[in-house]
Amino acid sequence: MGTLQESVRTTLDIETIAHGIRRRALDLTIQKNGCYLSQALSSADILALLYGKLLNIGPSAAPEIPQPFPGVPRPGFHPLGADYNGLREPHHDRLLLSAAHYAVAVYAALVEVGRMSPDGLAQFNEDGSSVEMIGGEHSPGMELTTGSFGQALSQAGGIALARRLRGDTGRVYVFMSDGEFEEGQTYEGVQASVHYQLDNVTVFVDVNGQQVDGAIDDVMRIEPLADRLEGFGAAVQVVDGHDIEAIERAAAAEHTGKPLFVLCYTDTARGVPLLNERKPYLHYVRFKSDAEKRQFAEFLATM
Amino acid sequence: MTTETQVHERNLVRFAADKPEVIVFSGDLTGSTEIKAFKEAYPDRFFSLGMAEQNMMSWAGGMAREGFLPHVHTFAVFMYRRALDQIEMSIAYPNLRVRMFGFLPGITTPGGVSHQAIDDIAVLRGVPNLTIFETGDATDIESILDLAHGVDGPVYVRMLRKEVPRLFPADHPTRFDTVRVVSEGGSTGSDVALVTSGISTEEAMRATAYLTSKGVSVEHLHAATLKPFTDEQVIQSAARSRYGVLTAENHTTIGGLGTCVAELLAQHGTAAKLRKLGLFDTYAHGASHQYLMKEYNLDAISIVRAVEEMVGESFGVSEEEMATVRLSDFAAAGQLDAL
Repeated sequence: MGTLQESVRTTLDIETIAHGIRRRALDLTIQKNGCYLSQALSSADILALLYGKLLNIGPSAAPEIPQPFPGVPRPGFHPLGADYNGLREPHHDRLLLSAAHYAVAVYAALVEVGRMSPDGLAQFNEDGSSVEMIGGEHSPGMELTTGSFGQALSQAGGIALARRLRGDTGRVYVFMSDGEFEEGQTYEGVQASVHYQLDNVTVFVDVNGQQVDGAIDDVMRIEPLADRLEGFGAAVQVVDGHDIEAIERAAAAEHTGKPLFVLCYTDTARGVPLLNERKPYLHYVRFKSDAEKRQFAEFLATM
Repeated sequence: MTTETQVHERNLVRFAADKPEVIVFSGDLTGSTEIKAFKEAYPDRFFSLGMAEQNMMSWAGGMAREGFLPHVHTFAVFMYRRALDQIEMSIAYPNLRVRMFGFLPGITTPGGVSHQAIDDIAVLRGVPNLTIFETGDATDIESILDLAHGVDGPVYVRMLRKEVPRLFPADHPTRFDTVRVVSEGGSTGSDVALVTSGISTEEAMRATAYLTSKGVSVEHLHAATLKPFTDEQVIQSAARSRYGVLTAENHTTIGGLGTCVAELLAQHGTAAKLRKLGLFDTYAHGASHQYLMKEYNLDAISIVRAVEEMVGESFGVSEEEMATVRLSDFAAAGQLDAL
């Protein structure tokens, strides 16, 4: 496992991974009749780029098929789903998933890059499995427990500061959703990351414009997001979140002395246009009838 | 009894001297939470996180994950009220070694309701993985960093500052989940078992001295660990009390020390009446320490009156009389029984 990881992938490879993430998420949605599908569709290109190319991480240190839920952290015991991202060496990068509702997209990415078995993904949302719907730090690919929004950026700040003090050369990547920019703590985290000049932090934001109650513009506006973040003193790049080369260029932008935010504007129906008619209510996709389910299953067969 | 100042401030510098992993976080209250000396002694290990407590708690979790030992300092209310979800999700769930020092417990501040942590124990006792201490004197304060250091998980300390009494000998440090027997009731049991914590212990010692002079025997226990709370000494003291158990705490009577005692007695099937002194399901307000102690029935006289009701006698205790007790010093704190 992880051999592909070492080689430099082409954009085409990344697109293949992204397509695989979307296909697997749709497949799960049909099988389980419900999933955070739209999140996987909007974020697939970002996560494919991270796992396929950007992340400098070692081979998986976890079993191909995840162990069952091992219990909560306690003295002397700390399950670590991040082992799927390799051992935490000083020169290695970290990926911190802030919006844990995107867990399915991370799981699917792990399968696509050979870090987890497809049989592991099949355990998604099964009772007793660690491949949970909104995962915790015991879930594959996850290092933090972040279903309560806006906390990962602050934890990432602590991790990044600790790594700088220790002289680690690896970077800290954070994946956030745009809805998290409604949470007050997010801005505390931005403020502190700027104060401590954490230029070892890169934050990818999936700006898909949707949340549970509908369009973010209707529920609680967060724009102009780039201006807000620049106002805080962060480095900001704005890109089409489905343009893999553009995301990669943005991630390489100069940001000495500042954390970098890459705002990836995305489409929650990307790759599955059937979902367009449901917009903007796509937080959790569940089929309303057998006919609808069949319709999506037929589409899946063409993917 | 002697009074000492800035005990935590000095102790923290001592404690951290041989522990490079110990770092200190300030929430813009460096002087107010006695970490100025640490900042001066170890500037590289001091981190200002500003007035942003949610971020500060999560940030501490992040650094603890990387092997540092964050000692987070601010007023208690700004931790357990403002940042409870952050304490739970970023620190307690992952069982990280973060030490939280919550200052201004109960009515120890004239700052009013916004600054008075009256329900922190009640809120935080329900948080899994968390260990809770409360300090009542200089010896507690000097013991608490080392006690916390032995805990593989997060710790919350209800901390006193500035002038604190030395109630217990410095060479008898506070022990984990072990109550301190402040006074023994007598060979055939006591009239009342008195269990106290924090600043209520000093008041209780005063009350005990008075009651003893009136022929009432009091077995007085001081609790510095509030979670876990399992010391069977509490059961034994309760079981041999003739009129029952009285608890006194600088906290709401729901969910604090009184509740800890109640749960323990019930679990052991110990039949003893329990009376709880503290804030009776009410917020307080801003005023002087002495004024609030009296207004909310937290002072020594209130303890005496509660005992009077329990034993069915009245001694006609007066402020003047208690003031005399206050003056008849506790210099020999370990010899209170002689009073």
